[in-house]
Amino acid sequence: MNYFVIIVAAILVNNIVLMQFLGICPFLGVSKRISTAVGMAGAVAFVMVLATIVTYLIQNYVLNRLGLAYLQTIAFILVIASLVQLVEIILKKVSPALYQALGIFLPLITTNCAILGVAILTIQKDFNLMEGVVFAISNAIGFGLALTLFAGIREHLDLQDIPKGLKGTPIALITAGILAMAFMGFSGLV
Amino acid sequence: MNQWKNFTKGIIKENPIFVLVLGMCPTLGVTSSAINGLGMGLATTFVLMMSNIVISLVKDVIPEKVRIPSFIVIIAAFVTVVQLTMQAYVPALYKSLGLFIPLIVVNCIVLGRAEAFASKNNIISSAIDGLGIGLGFSFALVLLGSIREILGSGKLFNMTLYSENHVTLLFVLAPGAFIVLGYLIALINRIRKN
Repeated sequence: MNYFVIIVAAILVNNIVLMQFLGICPFLGVSKRISTAVGMAGAVAFVMVLATIVTYLIQNYVLNRLGLAYLQTIAFILVIASLVQLVEIILKKVSPALYQALGIFLPLITTNCAILGVAILTIQKDFNLMEGVVFAISNAIGFGLALTLFAGIREHLDLQDIPKGLKGTPIALITAGILAMAFMGFSGLV
Repeated sequence: MNQWKNFTKGIIKENPIFVLVLGMCPTLGVTSSAINGLGMGLATTFVLMMSNIVISLVKDVIPEKVRIPSFIVIIAAFVTVVQLTMQAYVPALYKSLGLFIPLIVVNCIVLGRAEAFASKNNIISSAIDGLGIGLGFSFALVLLGSIREILGSGKLFNMTLYSENHVTLLFVLAPGAFIVLGYLIALINRIRKN
């Protein structure tokens, strides 16, 4: 039951992009086509789950044990940056096909605040490892859902007659606002 | 005169939010009121300026290949300083900004300035550049926060302007952030073109 609440809350009620404003850069940057959006969502999901597991272990077995909890920010960002590098190298060797699909998105992920955000939230919410993993997976799904929906809308938006001043970023932001409004309908679900 | 230009470019011509559209997460996330916007803006300005200064000092010592990780560590160190200071002296603001304080580390504006400016220029220009960009960021955040606060809760910097019965709550909620920023950028594009 507890897991169910975490899943619904993370995907719909507190959607990471539309309600918590994490990972807006890729949300606006790579949402012009559905295919790239799906690729980005896949890469984020992969790194997000891995990063949450590793940062959880580091926080609980290294930082807390040594009384270094204040080094959280520095430690986490270093872990995420090196993890992204590592994933890139391993994928290149083990699964060139997957590397081809995710490759270009991986370097962008280090500065994706959704990854660091979910890692810190997992610690702040006092989740255990299993809950943390479920939380990370649900947030990744939420990110993918918002990104894919938004990309779908933007593909149609390209064909519309938009006032000159609103073209580009402004109309994208306003569309995201309306999408966020739709997601507000889920509040109160849990 | 040249330094003055260097300072003002961040505020108007290369405003990180309105013109470069960088650092969107804190911009949208914390601007439900003007005071939150100001707090976040000043915290980021401090990190920008200090990391610019340190990076321009050590740029010749850092090997080219480990440049980016070193910059991130320097930035993260100053973010931790800000985090602990705010926790001690302004706990209420720290609480309402929440997660977005540690997330200054991954704000692309900070790393962007380190890479594009501080790693190539001397210490004084880098400090002024950091200050200018930081103030431009703060200005954008305060403007966005003020509009949302006035429309969404009928207040400005916590002073009541009109009755709460007439507010449009939507503007302090998540969708309001996207919509107000969208129209603001459209308006500024329009003004810049004329």
